Amino acid sequence: MVRSFLLAAALAAAAPLAQAQGTVKIAILGPMAFVQGENHWAGAEMARDEINKGGGIQVGGRKLQVELARIDTNEIQSVPDATNAMERAIARDKADFLVGGFRSEAVLAMQEIAMDNKKLFLGAGAAHSKLGINVEANYERYKYWFRVTPVKDVDLVRQSFAALGEVAAQIRKQLGKESPKVAILAEKAVWVEGIVAAAQKNLPAMKMEVVGLWQPSAVATDVTAELAAIDRSGADIVFTLLSGPVGIVVGRQMGERNMKAIAFGINVEAQKDGFWQATASKGNYVSTLETIAEVEITPKTVPFVKAFKERFKKSPTYNAGTYDAIMLLREAIEKAGTTDADKLVPVLEKTVFTGITGVVEFDKRHDPVWGPGKVTGLAVQWQDGEKVTFWPPQVKGARPFRMPAAK
Amino acid sequence: MARSAGVVIQMLQDILVTGLVNGGVYALLAIGFSLVFGVARIVNIAHTAFYMLAAYCFYTLLVTAKLNVLLAALIAIAAVTALAALCYRLVIEPVRSHESAVLIATIALGLIFQELMLVAFGGNFLGIPSAIDGVASVLGVSIPYQRLLILVVAAAALAATWFVLYRTRLGLAIRATANDLEVANLMGMNVNRVAMVAVALSVALAAVAGVVVAPVFVVDPLMWLAPLVTMLAIVVLGGLGSLKGSLIGALIIGYVEAITVFALPQGAFLKGAVALSIMVVVLLVRPEGLFGVAFEEER
Repeated sequence: MVRSFLLAAALAAAAPLAQAQGTVKIAILGPMAFVQGENHWAGAEMARDEINKGGGIQVGGRKLQVELARIDTNEIQSVPDATNAMERAIARDKADFLVGGFRSEAVLAMQEIAMDNKKLFLGAGAAHSKLGINVEANYERYKYWFRVTPVKDVDLVRQSFAALGEVAAQIRKQLGKESPKVAILAEKAVWVEGIVAAAQKNLPAMKMEVVGLWQPSAVATDVTAELAAIDRSGADIVFTLLSGPVGIVVGRQMGERNMKAIAFGINVEAQKDGFWQATASKGNYVSTLETIAEVEITPKTVPFVKAFKERFKKSPTYNAGTYDAIMLLREAIEKAGTTDADKLVPVLEKTVFTGITGVVEFDKRHDPVWGPGKVTGLAVQWQDGEKVTFWPPQVKGARPFRMPAAK
Repeated sequence: MARSAGVVIQMLQDILVTGLVNGGVYALLAIGFSLVFGVARIVNIAHTAFYMLAAYCFYTLLVTAKLNVLLAALIAIAAVTALAALCYRLVIEPVRSHESAVLIATIALGLIFQELMLVAFGGNFLGIPSAIDGVASVLGVSIPYQRLLILVVAAAALAATWFVLYRTRLGLAIRATANDLEVANLMGMNVNRVAMVAVALSVALAAVAGVVVAPVFVVDPLMWLAPLVTMLAIVVLGGLGSLKGSLIGALIIGYVEAITVFALPQGAFLKGAVALSIMVVVLLVRPEGLFGVAFEEER
């Protein structure tokens, strides 16, 4: 009896303290059993710890501590799982803000639920343009959506062509080929269609000859037949558009065949630290677009990557952009002096935020503006087990691109 | 003219070699599946899940525990075969008389294995170093040694299976049970034990496939699904329960896939669909498959 009384008294005394301190609850949504979700969560933990260590988020006269809710969307395997997870984050976990998402189909569905509930949803994974088009088409409904990373798909195309031009220039210089031959190796998926059409149209104008298009399945476990045909076509560059595990297979089998052609394009698996192990050290020279690496994109990038590696014993992927999303949110909350989503939207729209992947400034679709001085992304190449940044060449820490033929 | 003839010859060489290697892997999977169906009328949907388990087991022993390649391969095959025998006893045998229950139980088994691997290893794609590095030139086609090893191991495993089935008393028992389950039972054979041995033998073949292909494929929890569909297409094409049919079906599908990719580069993703279409056509013309027993004759 006495013990119960003491416990109740202690709880009653502690309650006002907790209330005075207060928390902001942020749901981190991602496929937690996969690398993408692991990075969502790791980036968010880095942001939470940094903010809380500094006392929290200043809102008026109060300091709010950041509390994270880990929400496994399982979106790689199931879109309905993702929407259920989003409902759970809002209804059961009572999250104030939503951060994360990876697979565009799932994020489009999750966006609807977030907008129904007028919750701020900061994207850190999906590139599909439709997410931003929704904001422009129906601002009042979709204004709570902001894409922090990556840039939208159209900008990824611009980025890949710009870096491809750099690769072609090096081939011209080193191999003396005026018109490098390009084989397009694109997985069969909706997201590649526009890029393939643009490549077929624009590469000849960039003085490159397209020798063919090969389209394996995104989950193909064997591309020997495709690579044999590409070898015979005399291609100098294999322009890859691969998001699935076929990216590993392509890297490994190109290495096994000692192909002289260089693989460059989008290869999501090659962005991960595990790529070298997954290809059994055969993925040398494979190159891909990237969002973050240990180079000085902004003054924040290198310290973040180093701290991330120190803490998690691996490099961050772009999904660790949850760090930027939460830091951006803190800046907006402190400027607005409130956590009210409606009041935060105009503040976010006007914010110019220097993050780890560039200077984030939102356009009218709430997409980050792409271009020099803003967010441009990177291009990296695997060189003897190390992921080396080679584009943009002016970024501090970038190193030259290497070709198998020049080895 | 001469140049285009040269290109066609090169393409034929590519098709010949690539189709044979692909067919070898499919044959290892399909013959095991067909064997257990022929002997025990068990449609084991978890068959390729055992193949996935063997790949994971091999990865753990070779990459994590750093065992010798041969030892890691043998332990992986033995462990997965023992697990299959245990699963037969605990999951399949109690419901064996109900075909649909067996089907559902083995689907559940496959999904359980998938989720267990997802929990244990995450959704990451894992790579295994090749047992032999380097590339051989066969008929002017560059083939990594590991792929040739797959072909050699597949041929050896299939020869060993043939030897067990046709040159041993155990094989006689298996064939007798496959021929007539009830008569074999009346003759005093322990048909349940024979079925268990058949399951173990078939899973051992799947495990061999898992171990030899792991170094050229990517190991992940969903790696059992794509070969499952192809394997079902092969056994239906060759005739359910027919080992000869499975071997020929595997080679047909292996070659059809190779032809699709080489002749239709932009439609490489269609190789699975083309293989399934051929299966449908064969079924329309010959419902029992190429070498199968007509359904009305089934016991």
